Amino acid sequence: MNEPATQTQAADSPKALGAAKWVGFKTIIIREYGRIIRIWAQTIVPSAVTSALYFVIFGSLIGSRVGLMDGVPYMQYIAPGLIMMSVITNSYGNVVSSFFGAKFGKHVEELLVAPLPNWIIVLGYVGGGLLRGLLVGTAVTIVSLIFTHLAVHHVFVIFAAVVLTSIVFSLGGFINAQFAKNFDQVNWIPTFVLTPLTYFGGVFYSISLLPEWARHLSYANPILHMVNAFRYGFLGVSDVHIGVAFSIMAIAAVLMFGVALFFMNRGTGMRE
Amino acid sequence: MHALSIRGLTKTYKNGVKALNGVDLDVETGDFFALLGPNGAGKTTLIGILTSLVNKTSGTVSVFGHDIDQELEAAKACIGIVPQEINFNQFETPQTILVNQAGFYGIERAQARERAEKYLSLLQLADKRNKMARGLSGGMKRRLMIARALVHEPRLLILDEPTAGVDIEIRRSMWDFLREINERGTTIILTTHYLEEAETLCRNIAIINGGLIAERDRMSSLLRKLQAETFVLNLRESVSAVPVVPGYSFDLVDEHTLEVEVSKEQSLNEVFAGLSAQGIHVQSMRNKVNRLEELFMKLVEARPQAYREGARA
Repeated sequence: MNEPATQTQAADSPKALGAAKWVGFKTIIIREYGRIIRIWAQTIVPSAVTSALYFVIFGSLIGSRVGLMDGVPYMQYIAPGLIMMSVITNSYGNVVSSFFGAKFGKHVEELLVAPLPNWIIVLGYVGGGLLRGLLVGTAVTIVSLIFTHLAVHHVFVIFAAVVLTSIVFSLGGFINAQFAKNFDQVNWIPTFVLTPLTYFGGVFYSISLLPEWARHLSYANPILHMVNAFRYGFLGVSDVHIGVAFSIMAIAAVLMFGVALFFMNRGTGMRE
Repeated sequence: MHALSIRGLTKTYKNGVKALNGVDLDVETGDFFALLGPNGAGKTTLIGILTSLVNKTSGTVSVFGHDIDQELEAAKACIGIVPQEINFNQFETPQTILVNQAGFYGIERAQARERAEKYLSLLQLADKRNKMARGLSGGMKRRLMIARALVHEPRLLILDEPTAGVDIEIRRSMWDFLREINERGTTIILTTHYLEEAETLCRNIAIINGGLIAERDRMSSLLRKLQAETFVLNLRESVSAVPVVPGYSFDLVDEHTLEVEVSKEQSLNEVFAGLSAQGIHVQSMRNKVNRLEELFMKLVEARPQAYREGARA
């Protein structure tokens, strides 16, 4: 400890602060990527294993007796839904656990004291959630290709649906983490809200099978629109209007970003 | 330009506790400044506001001319903070922690790695660069937080109890390190419970109590305000009775140890002369408590009790 520090005098200049935003954003993404890879057995593998089990049980064993769904073999029909289900749970789970973990361990302060605007912090965590959603989605897609054939009807729809859905649920995880005071509150929404919505979101069935009242009720479930938009990209079949589905996703993303930023600016759950 | 300028700063928490009651404080550029106060005086709240971890209720704060209400990011870019509690990710390595922190301050990856190496070496953590942070000793964790605060080479370094729980050897080497940083131009604000540390390192001092600045002066001027000091005298031969020297009051601690209080107007020479005349020889002598500590206690005890109860950390 005998060599002194040197000084950087221009770190507070507008130019340096402008550049700092992009570098800071990249750093959050790199840190999140490092976390995802460091604990890959918790972040990547479980969804791939779970989806393989779904394909074996619902696809091969039960699916062979179901026959066609919307004119498509059942195994092929559920594949986009299973991919989307893993994207939803992992995007949400990544951000809620990472951001709440940072709050709990107090290392969120590393970001709060840095010259980064709050919108960069929100975008950085959402980027991390998107990254994990895409990594897990890719892993589950590879697993699904072992069991079934996946045609590509519209590649842009596939990409846009998965990215928008991942962003929406990453933002959901961020807002959950802002308010969570303990680990119970981190698990509450995924268990009691996300899982039921996902299972009733048309992953395993077409809503055309439901009675009219249940079909109408299902339209209120945003996950139904996301799953169907994604399925449309692969199979060209959907229970919902694609334009409506994308509008819902886009509006949800903008609104939730606004909510997350509002509470960041207020310092909810972080600043006294 | 002041490194830090605070005017009328107040903070009232949601539960009604008033932690700061209108703090006015200036810290000169290049200063090594001590901010002292008892537990609950408002030090940590004040530092929290400077680093935007606590929202202020009213008042203004500017860092190198950047008002935190108008130019928060510019103000934050100037500050490096070493908090009281460990607040890095314990599951990351020191190298990762430093490289990421540099990135949050806008330092590109390649340069961030160089900076991380530099400060890991300076803080004697180079051999721990790839070890999980949770496996570091308490002293190493403290040094890691100092390295992290310095990695973007801030103009103002704020240290909140940086040497708590650190052994004396490392503490002294940290003092040397901080002195050198300060000599190169970094303004340092230090809070500490080791008043010897503040007296040794700092040129200027503020004592905060009850959410207000109770004293703000040069360290040397403040110490001159000390009205009386208590000295412990170690005697060569044993004594059985309390000696009498006109004007001085002695306590017999044990047969080889005396305590005597000497005011500013009195002289130790008179004490020694009086004792020598009685055949009592002083072998060695020390202050009973650190001079700053003695002054600090007098200032803190002078504040109304109710004031102290109204404050929080």
